[in-house]
Amino acid sequence: MKYFVIVLSFMIVSAAVHAIDTSTPFDDPELQARYEKLIAEVRCLKCQNQTIKDSNAFLADDLKREIRRLLTEGKTDAEIFDFLVLRYGEFALYRPRMSGKTLALWIAPFLFLLFGGYAAVRIVRQRMNMPIDDDDLDSPDTAEG
Amino acid sequence: MKSRYLIPIFVMIVMGAIFVVGLGRDPTKLPSPFIGKAAPAMDLPDLFDDSVRISNKTFAGDMVLINFWATWCPGCFDEHDFLLELAASGVIPIYGINWRDNRTEAISWLQRLGDPFTANAFDGNNRTGIDWGVYGAPETFLIDAQGTVIYKHLGPLSRDSWQRDFVPILNARDTNAP
Repeated sequence: MKYFVIVLSFMIVSAAVHAIDTSTPFDDPELQARYEKLIAEVRCLKCQNQTIKDSNAFLADDLKREIRRLLTEGKTDAEIFDFLVLRYGEFALYRPRMSGKTLALWIAPFLFLLFGGYAAVRIVRQRMNMPIDDDDLDSPDTAEG
Repeated sequence: MKSRYLIPIFVMIVMGAIFVVGLGRDPTKLPSPFIGKAAPAMDLPDLFDDSVRISNKTFAGDMVLINFWATWCPGCFDEHDFLLELAASGVIPIYGINWRDNRTEAISWLQRLGDPFTANAFDGNNRTGIDWGVYGAPETFLIDAQGTVIYKHLGPLSRDSWQRDFVPILNARDTNAP
């Protein structure tokens, strides 16, 4: 029973040791922090809904290796993103940069919000001006929630 | 008054059209950012002979196919017969890049199945593959004599895909030639 509990508890906590990135960490903690941040922002092109941090596809490993190399060469984050976009397109980044091509992606949500807000305000205004018709409440057929 | 009820219907039709187009698209097929640009640089050892280098100069001056392949890749096996056929027809030289593979296995694969490649480079660690934006074999680039990437084909080549995707481009080029 004791062993069963021990084994069970190991199984429960095992999710925390899903170490995909087996490469040795940078000596410089600042570089390591930048590396961790960068790989969480880059899409694995082979397994498109995963970042290269989460993926163990070999392409993700290779891209991580390239990012490590660029970091040790002293490249900035922007230069590393440029490196990836040049080769794989803006799709490689989980947060595509604002540019002519990606402008629609960035502004569309705000346009939809604006449009929806405008529609909502109009409808509410219209309803406010409607005469209150008590008769409606009496007949269940036309009653409104 | 009535016309405002048409707005949601109109919005629905537009969204429907977008979704129908989206359904037909394969999201795993990413457009190459290199189309219309110079082919990325490469300088790799020959698959058969480590002392021979294969670089962009090797295929400069000709319209060529650059085919990234590997022995572990089922699509590469699928397209192999067609590559042999294409090479035999003499339409276009095919340069292979053995991608993230094992050299001995690659050589024995070519000996066993036949070798359609004018020359074959070896990119064991995917440095060149990444430079070319390759994310899954097989991928085939069409490069013109000036070294510009004209087209990139994702997935296995076949007689059908060749007719559909390559022949129109090659024909258009021929008629535009001075």
